[in-house]
Amino acid sequence: MSVSMSAVAPGAAAPALRIEGLHKSFDDLEVLRGIDLELAEHEVVCLIGSSGSGKSTLLRCINLLEPIDAGRIVIEGDEITARGVDVNRIRRRIGIVFQAFNLFPHMSVLSNVALAPRKVLGLGRAEAEARAMELLERIGLADKAREYPDRLSGGQQQRVAIVRALAMRPDLLLLDEITSALDPELVAEVLNLIRELADGGMTMLIATHEMSFAREIANRVCFLDAGRILETAPPAEMFSAPREERTKQFLQRVIDAGRL
Amino acid sequence: MSISGGPLDPGDLIGLAGSGGPRSRRSRRRVPPGEAVRSTLIALVSTVVFFGLIVVIVTNAPNWPEVQHAFFDGAIFARSLPKLVEAFGTNIALFLIAEVFILALGLVLAVLRGLPGPVFFPVRLLATVYVDLFRAVPGILVIYLLGFGIPGLGIADIPNDVFFWGAVSLVLVYSAYVSEVYRAGIESVHWSQEAAARSLGLSRVQALRYVIVPQAVRRVIPPLLNDFIGLQKDTVLVSVIGLVEIFREGQILKSATFNFTPFVAIALIFVVVTIPLARFTDWLVARERGRQVAGGAR
Repeated sequence: MSVSMSAVAPGAAAPALRIEGLHKSFDDLEVLRGIDLELAEHEVVCLIGSSGSGKSTLLRCINLLEPIDAGRIVIEGDEITARGVDVNRIRRRIGIVFQAFNLFPHMSVLSNVALAPRKVLGLGRAEAEARAMELLERIGLADKAREYPDRLSGGQQQRVAIVRALAMRPDLLLLDEITSALDPELVAEVLNLIRELADGGMTMLIATHEMSFAREIANRVCFLDAGRILETAPPAEMFSAPREERTKQFLQRVIDAGRL
Repeated sequence: MSISGGPLDPGDLIGLAGSGGPRSRRSRRRVPPGEAVRSTLIALVSTVVFFGLIVVIVTNAPNWPEVQHAFFDGAIFARSLPKLVEAFGTNIALFLIAEVFILALGLVLAVLRGLPGPVFFPVRLLATVYVDLFRAVPGILVIYLLGFGIPGLGIADIPNDVFFWGAVSLVLVYSAYVSEVYRAGIESVHWSQEAAARSLGLSRVQALRYVIVPQAVRRVIPPLLNDFIGLQKDTVLVSVIGLVEIFREGQILKSATFNFTPFVAIALIFVVVTIPLARFTDWLVARERGRQVAGGAR
């Protein structure tokens, strides 16, 4: 049951995502200080780093949920940070899943998944719900389609949030610490779904504290520190032989906490 | 209090009688049956004594016979009641018609006040001035000014019906209040809900319409009902511009009989209509609170 959703053929040479010199401040606090990052089609990149290093802000900037102060973000050759772009059109191509799920509590699971395809893509109700149902079947939650989110476990809610993003058939999926709010025994079901997405070729940028998961799933791992990408390496290298002193310190803290 | 769902059950009555605080729902279950019966008895006795005392004091007042005749005349009460109930139909019509427009206009105002960005500054300003103005001016003055002022202009094709201008005045005044209730509701929906909606490609307006406002409205139903109760009572203010509704009818009956009993009858009619609505509101508030506890942090 692979959940492959990348419907759009890759543009010849353009990377799925390219970020150049991205700066972002909240008032006086500069959270991102010059981020450069490139993701190829079908690539999975994990962002690691301590809380406050800018991982979440970076993801929110890519989805244009936060206006940026300087730099460029280019999706498959289209600069989305240019003036006058239709942000609603951009966001259809980029899915994001949040730490706190953010399901719509006043709608059934089915409506949560079908809402955006209906209202944004203009699908008919029947078609949108059929598409939603198909996705829910793939994650084994078809029997919960008529339930409201508060009747589901955290892991189930997060899986619904993931397929809600997938229902828009995005080219790129951003995952913002999607297992951090889950009880430990519910983490696996969510990570399994992400594994399937990776196997299906979904391009993903994942902020995570799950180091062993990052090691397993990522093509590359980026270590963020104080708003900069301090080090980028394949996971085997990053976790066994980090170059930067601060990366070593961070990973040592993770090991001390028993999380690697 | 313990209006905890459904009509009052015996447990609720015991809860009312017991000494439990505002959140006695949980502690109530732990009260042993003997103690519950005892507190019910104590509540009963103290109620009888308390109200008995009031009756004794009032009926022994020096001028009680005169007051009793002027305010509590059984025959006049019986004769005026049907006329008053009939006139009350006007109040209900006023209330229902105004309420529909209040709910719509209040929501529009709340949404306008929440529009972001410098482009919408004039819109926000206008909406804010409107809300400030109509919350500041006493309702009775708005009714007076519109009810007499606008028909006085003598513009053709503008209705000069007092019912119409009474309804318009109530809509203007109450939509200002109701918009504030809506606004509180909209602001109480966590920003992450809008982020989730926008991230899926919904426009700002779509996010408001399908995600934010439906949640906000559910949350503000109890306070809105509270404003309904106020509106229901304030329909009598329209009597000042000559609309024959229940209070005006009461004045007419008073002039005919030189007796105040019709006003007591009016008070009773309002009590009978309002108390069920008030209890219903309490019940909704309690249910909403229970849900928020069940729903965890949100």
